[in-house]
Amino acid sequence: MRYLPLTPADRSSMLETVGASSVDELFRDVPEAARLSGPIAGLPMHASEMAVERHLGKLAAKNLDAGSAPFFLGAGAYRHHVPASVDHLIQRGEFLTAYTPYQPEIAQGTLQVLFEFQTQVARMFGTDIANASMYDGSTACWEAILMAARVTRKGKAVLSGGLHPHYGEVVRTMAKFTRDEIVSLTPELSAQTDDAAVIAAIDETTSSVVVQYPDIMGRIPDLEAIAEAAHAAKALLIVVVTEPVALGLLEAPGHLGADVVVGEGQSLGVGLQFGGPYLGLFGCREKFVRQMPGRLCGETVDAEGKRGFVLTLSTREQHIRREKATSNICTNSGLCALAFSIHMSLLGGEGLEQLAAINHDRTQALVERLTQIPGVSLLSDAYFNEVTLVLPRDAREVVRELADKGILGGVSLGRLFPEQVDLHNGLLVTATETVTLEDIEEFAAGLAAVLEGEAA
Amino acid sequence: MSGVNTAGWRPSMNEVAPGDMVPATQSGDRALMLEEALIFELGCEGQTGVDIEPASKAVSPALAKFRRKAAPALPGLSEPEAVRHYTRLSRQNYGIDLGPFPLGSCTMKHNPRLNEKMARLPGFADVHPLQPQKTVEGALEVIEQLADWLMKLTGMASVAMSPKAGAHGELCGLLCIRAALDARGESREIVLVPESAHGTNPATAAFAGFKVQAIPATPEGRVDLEALKEKLGPDVAGVMITNPNTCGLFEPDLKEIADAVHEVGGYVYCDGANFNAIVGRVRPGDLGVDAMHINLHKTFSTPHGGGGPGAGPVVLSEALAPYAPLPFVTRGEDGEVRLVEEENRGEGHERAFGRMVAFHGQMGMFTRALAYILSHGADGLKQVSEDAVLNANYILRSLEDVLEAPFGKSGPCMHEALFSDAGLPEGISTLDIAKGLIDEGFHPMTVYFPLVVKGAMLIEPTETESKQGLDRFIASMRNLAQRAREQDESLHTAPHFAPRRRLDETRAARKPVLVWKGDEAA
Repeated sequence: MRYLPLTPADRSSMLETVGASSVDELFRDVPEAARLSGPIAGLPMHASEMAVERHLGKLAAKNLDAGSAPFFLGAGAYRHHVPASVDHLIQRGEFLTAYTPYQPEIAQGTLQVLFEFQTQVARMFGTDIANASMYDGSTACWEAILMAARVTRKGKAVLSGGLHPHYGEVVRTMAKFTRDEIVSLTPELSAQTDDAAVIAAIDETTSSVVVQYPDIMGRIPDLEAIAEAAHAAKALLIVVVTEPVALGLLEAPGHLGADVVVGEGQSLGVGLQFGGPYLGLFGCREKFVRQMPGRLCGETVDAEGKRGFVLTLSTREQHIRREKATSNICTNSGLCALAFSIHMSLLGGEGLEQLAAINHDRTQALVERLTQIPGVSLLSDAYFNEVTLVLPRDAREVVRELADKGILGGVSLGRLFPEQVDLHNGLLVTATETVTLEDIEEFAAGLAAVLEGEAA
Repeated sequence: MSGVNTAGWRPSMNEVAPGDMVPATQSGDRALMLEEALIFELGCEGQTGVDIEPASKAVSPALAKFRRKAAPALPGLSEPEAVRHYTRLSRQNYGIDLGPFPLGSCTMKHNPRLNEKMARLPGFADVHPLQPQKTVEGALEVIEQLADWLMKLTGMASVAMSPKAGAHGELCGLLCIRAALDARGESREIVLVPESAHGTNPATAAFAGFKVQAIPATPEGRVDLEALKEKLGPDVAGVMITNPNTCGLFEPDLKEIADAVHEVGGYVYCDGANFNAIVGRVRPGDLGVDAMHINLHKTFSTPHGGGGPGAGPVVLSEALAPYAPLPFVTRGEDGEVRLVEEENRGEGHERAFGRMVAFHGQMGMFTRALAYILSHGADGLKQVSEDAVLNANYILRSLEDVLEAPFGKSGPCMHEALFSDAGLPEGISTLDIAKGLIDEGFHPMTVYFPLVVKGAMLIEPTETESKQGLDRFIASMRNLAQRAREQDESLHTAPHFAPRRRLDETRAARKPVLVWKGDEAA
């Protein structure tokens, strides 16, 4: 048991100090009936390092990883190249194995990174401020809706049809219990955006309007028009960004009238990881700061007058306000925020712009090639690195058949919107900088073959 | 706005206070401890640390009207600059790799690097949450195997894996209770929470739409059973109990509490943050618990990375199991592991209360926790809780003659030893002891928590400290207590040797500076 340093001699000498005859005696407050003597039944005994590696290695090998196949999935989780130095630096023990910086004098590393991270996110989003991260984009989205309700003292949220359906489901689930009213619009499979429907749903009782940018089908909503309608009704515009790389090319939501911008930061530094841990981003106007959920890091000075950083404004938080707190959230995604921040520092603004350009470039190449296939059409021509193709049949089967050929060919809208039959022929495809022209060729050939198989 | 301070950063060169033992240096640096500028101050406009292939096509005309006017105002660092910046920053941090991190109730134990290696296998790290099921069977098996361990270790019927952290798990558990009550057509509004609970407990109950009523603690540091029973009635949805509790004690009446709560139709939520003290020795299911979250980072040692990520799977009793949120991983009778989500919820999860996160939860943490669990095995995990409890009691008994242990007479503690500042002389506070400990080279214990004890010092050594290490820590604590008794004034100004002296937290809160704006002033 290589992680346990006590020797049998240590244990007996310590028991003597403690004044107990056996370790069982230390558990004497546990009712006798609930005390287990031997190891719990049905579970294996300890294993060597090599045995654990073999076991998990076998399980890992059962998966088709993105690097081993032409890969075109997005829908809220994106595959980007992560510079080697990012993963190296986050594995430094002082970062990796630190806890929440409760003692700022010996946690300036973590705290300065959080301060830099907050600034980076605020600048990327075009918001005044940002917090030190949330669990992920979907929970950040719900927290933003709650914050808007606190700020406006109204309780109705309008969710655009272009919002990631899992994000929508998280919001609807939570609202069932908090009794907030959610108007969740249905996306339509037409080239028009859902903007008009969103604007039509806003009324005086609306606290927030939630719009994804770019949306779940890869389209780009007109934020300025929606912001105007929301503000006229004294509601807040919440913009959800699931692909922050898009902000290398697209105008920052905060510059287009968004009051709150939340997002998923996984694209920068974090990796796919089968869905988590991810990184919730949360930025907003400065005047909402005391209603904001999550941790905040602030600048101050030490007793010698030197600049330093601390966690601050904790009077909003659960450990002080208990049931009156702005949120029950008690942690952040510190390590993922570190990875994001390092990756962002390596890129810089211009690097981000270049990264966005190459993503858009590869997606254009993908679209050009796939729309040459008979029966395949494009939903909307304004896209960043993700786009919806309309196929002649249910895309769920097509995705499975492509997987049989070793091609990970996008996400079917039928999986995302099982109840909306009119969307079932939609296939959401994404190309990032990791996609090569050979990958695109292989995908196109595979898709053509699968669709021809149908015709035959 | 350029995004960088082209004038470059200059360290502050403050006069050193008279009597200070550390002389000033021209640069502000102290030997290997270097002052570090912010990335925005490094004067690196136009710099980048990545080589990206150029785009071959222009931006499509349809996108042109959405384009930003200028690149985001963000500085770039060359790769060597970035490596140095973050390496230097890392040296201003204390982590468990450097020494003991005895934060009570936070549980910081050794983080094995094998777990990191396993989580980084491309089959786990480089798979997408929406890949076709057939291409991620191994990843689903990791979830299922971990779930199986968690159920067997807790004696529970089911486990919701997707909650992202302990507090998120609490919310999941309470929403399961809500859903079960809804299914019964009852709208019970009250959740009972002991005063000594984590602050997340009442916050979570409020977020799940319940009203919170506090239960006092007894003078022995346990839930007041009679006070609790008096509050029970048809409007009580449930209780939230932390066991072992935040005073470091086991709640011996949990089974009796559970029976009484069940009697009136309520449910029992157990805050499992301290499960590491009893893992392998006590199954909460045997004590009548209906829901309990498990902080994987605490009990199964996944690194916390300066504040997260955590992971908070929730084990559920048979009564609550049907309501667990989607997505859900299950092993069928045919032995095959399947994923249930909205598309196929009809396959046994019709009553799922919804979805709490976009994807499957903290997969990367699951892999790490499973690697840790397999390394220890059923026998090792039992040894883990025994050593954690032994180490805590060793600290309790080795310090109780110099520091007041308010519940020292209540019997053995579990995984953490609780002291108060009651025995310290006037003018010396818990904070002074904590900051003094920094100068001794240790991370301080948890201070001023739990609130039921004045000037609390909650020390949790965990099972990964050696006896020799504990003896060094005990010697430092005894020395600090001695200095306190001698009214050593220098304790008030500690730490003296950390990268920063005491920081002005009041100033940070009064005039919040949350983002760097240096270039706007220029």
